[in-house]
Amino acid sequence: MSEIDKQPGRLRPAPENFLSEEQVKAVGSGRRDFLRKSFLAAGAALAAPIAARAGEGDSNILQNPPWTTSLGLPVATNPYGMPSKYESQLLRRESPGLARVGGASVSFAPLQGLFGIITPSGLHFERHHQGWHDIDPSKHRLMVNGSDDSLLKKAKVYTLDELMRLPSVSRIHFIECGANTGLEWGNVAVPTVQYTHGMLSCSEFTGVPLKLLLEDCGVDYKKARYVLAEGADGSSMTRTIPMEMVESGEVFVAYGQNGEMLRPENGYPLRLVVPGVQGVSWVKWLRRIEVGDKPYATKDEAVHYIDLLPNGLHRQYSSIQEAKSVITTPSGGQTLLDKGFYNVSGLAWSGRGKIKQVDVSFDGGVNWQTARLEGPIQNKALTRFNTNWVWDGSPAILQSRAIDETGFVQPSYGQLRAVRGTKSIYHNNAIQSWKVVESGEVSNVQVL
Amino acid sequence: MFRFSKPLFVFALFSASTVAIAFENYSGVGRPATPAEVKAWDIDVRPDFKGLPKGSGNVERGNELFEEKCASCHGSFGESNEVFTPLAGGTTKDDIKNGRVKGLSSGELPQRTTFTKVATISTVFDYIQRAMPWTAPKSLKPDEVFAILAYLLNLQEIVPSDFVLSDQNIGEVQKLLPNRNGMTTDHGLWPGAPAKKGGIGNGGKPDTANKACMKNCKPDVLIGSTLPEYARTAHGELRDQNRSFGPVRGTQTLGPEAAKKAADAGTLELATKSGCMACHGIKSKIVGPGYNEVVARYKDQTDAESRLIAKVKAGGQGVWGSIPMPPNAHVKDEDLKTLVQWILSGSK
Repeated sequence: MSEIDKQPGRLRPAPENFLSEEQVKAVGSGRRDFLRKSFLAAGAALAAPIAARAGEGDSNILQNPPWTTSLGLPVATNPYGMPSKYESQLLRRESPGLARVGGASVSFAPLQGLFGIITPSGLHFERHHQGWHDIDPSKHRLMVNGSDDSLLKKAKVYTLDELMRLPSVSRIHFIECGANTGLEWGNVAVPTVQYTHGMLSCSEFTGVPLKLLLEDCGVDYKKARYVLAEGADGSSMTRTIPMEMVESGEVFVAYGQNGEMLRPENGYPLRLVVPGVQGVSWVKWLRRIEVGDKPYATKDEAVHYIDLLPNGLHRQYSSIQEAKSVITTPSGGQTLLDKGFYNVSGLAWSGRGKIKQVDVSFDGGVNWQTARLEGPIQNKALTRFNTNWVWDGSPAILQSRAIDETGFVQPSYGQLRAVRGTKSIYHNNAIQSWKVVESGEVSNVQVL
Repeated sequence: MFRFSKPLFVFALFSASTVAIAFENYSGVGRPATPAEVKAWDIDVRPDFKGLPKGSGNVERGNELFEEKCASCHGSFGESNEVFTPLAGGTTKDDIKNGRVKGLSSGELPQRTTFTKVATISTVFDYIQRAMPWTAPKSLKPDEVFAILAYLLNLQEIVPSDFVLSDQNIGEVQKLLPNRNGMTTDHGLWPGAPAKKGGIGNGGKPDTANKACMKNCKPDVLIGSTLPEYARTAHGELRDQNRSFGPVRGTQTLGPEAAKKAADAGTLELATKSGCMACHGIKSKIVGPGYNEVVARYKDQTDAESRLIAKVKAGGQGVWGSIPMPPNAHVKDEDLKTLVQWILSGSK
């Protein structure tokens, strides 16, 4: 009997899922006595002693557990609260073989177990270019300057004390690495949604619109059409951002994340928020903003984060994350407990605005049904979708397809590869498929 | 009342502009940056070489510097794929002539190197100057950056071995970059003004056009790819990457033997983190006894686990010699239990 069957509170499994093959044969031949033994063995495996005889009811009900019959812990036992000790499975994880240096690697968020749209800050995916630091906020400075003096009346320096006095905005936005799902361009390569889609997170960020700071420095919008953002880490990572986005008020310099300060791994004490644009532009540990009249062709927009096309050209300055979605429950590497009802749940997002509709298919994309969207639906934020499913125990292929407010429909693998080939690495927003087989095991497949 | 209506009117206008940032006087916030401060941080170099410092360096000096500061990660010839993707290789004389790396479209390239991709030499200068060497970023002087870049260009057979690269001739080298014509911005993924308005890209026009068909959308379901067996197990025990309750379970991907191996690796890490491995070896004595010796001494004692937990927690002296074991109050009780069970089960 597997560990799964010893878990309290689970649905009763179908016999074929927890009996050995011989036992199933025995049931077929009419011998049922061992079945009773199996249930008793399962009961004996529980930590609590079984007071009730079979038939009286669940011992978890008939006998009060210790937490119901003893004194609990006082307030502030954990001054900074942590998840339950039973929640040890959902962690940020690396994909083996993806990078050989931890300082220039990725850890993926465990989307397979998260609810709603907000990513817990401690599970937010990580991507560092030269390791991370925990920066002393009292020593951190933000400089705003021009590529030459004519673009800005005065270059200025701001401290956190000063930035946090300024009018702030709080907005919920998704952040997705441009290389999310990049491992899957050519073929299925990784087993679970954590590794296929886990370079994705969503938080409420709080900070100061960059427009406000540029205007405080007297920017000349006529000449300054680009912004260079630079980090304070060793890589001092830089990216070019269009001034149109800054002028729209969307881009902001964030210090807050989900009600507290940013986490060090996510740029403490200051990062740029560039809604709808790939994560690499959300420069962490932000120390400098330069306004300029030309794009910069920095390393991460001239050597990396360029999309190889079948004709050998690379797309440069590809930034927007187009509409995309994925079913997170059930998803690859999971096994359904039983036949019957399931709430199928997933995430949809678009770098071009709000999600308008998500459709779900259970037959590999032949027929679709529209899922429920959990509101409020926000601009360039994750949107949670849910739909009902009664699994009859036969094989199925689950897919989701997002449509955003521009009318753009998430493409299939066939459609995406027809224009971009298989070596792009970046901006894979193809429809994800999960195959369910009779045993209940869900696995990653690609439907063209 | 006329006296009040004007400011009221102005106020109404102000609040009608939906963004609060129309306010213009953030007095007391920020201060002018000094020229020295701007100079210290503004080190970026653009494709038109704005920001490029004056200086020069030759291939030979670059070779020395590369060997000293770069080769441990990149290999002596920038060829290494061990730590990072290769810097050099993959281009031909024809590529230098045409400004397009042919191997990118022909599929002949086993792997892209920096010089098969980069179209702007400023990028490489800027990056070496701001971020290299890996463990000591920003420690190179401009002349050293010029020298290292000269060496890389020579490796790529773009410049001869007696070449001196400088701020004066880097523009000529740009014209020889093998993939200088290899970029396109004709796509819909730039979120700013399009090329026809002086910006970049096609104005956001997508390159795929799926339709929201709902019923009988295709005759067949074509499976292009399924999860290879090695990939199913390469990410560890998936059962342990999902909750142990809820609508689904993680699929068990490792057999009991592999699971034990993974658990051992985890416990070894815990032992290392907890400071145990500084004094104990698994198979041999370091300062304290090897764990194999501990097992040999305690294997027949039924209360070995509880006794060892107490010993590790409180510390002790005399059983294995005169060097005392310090108390380990910092290790959590549950971790102590895991560690002792691991030791007694024949740690690996």
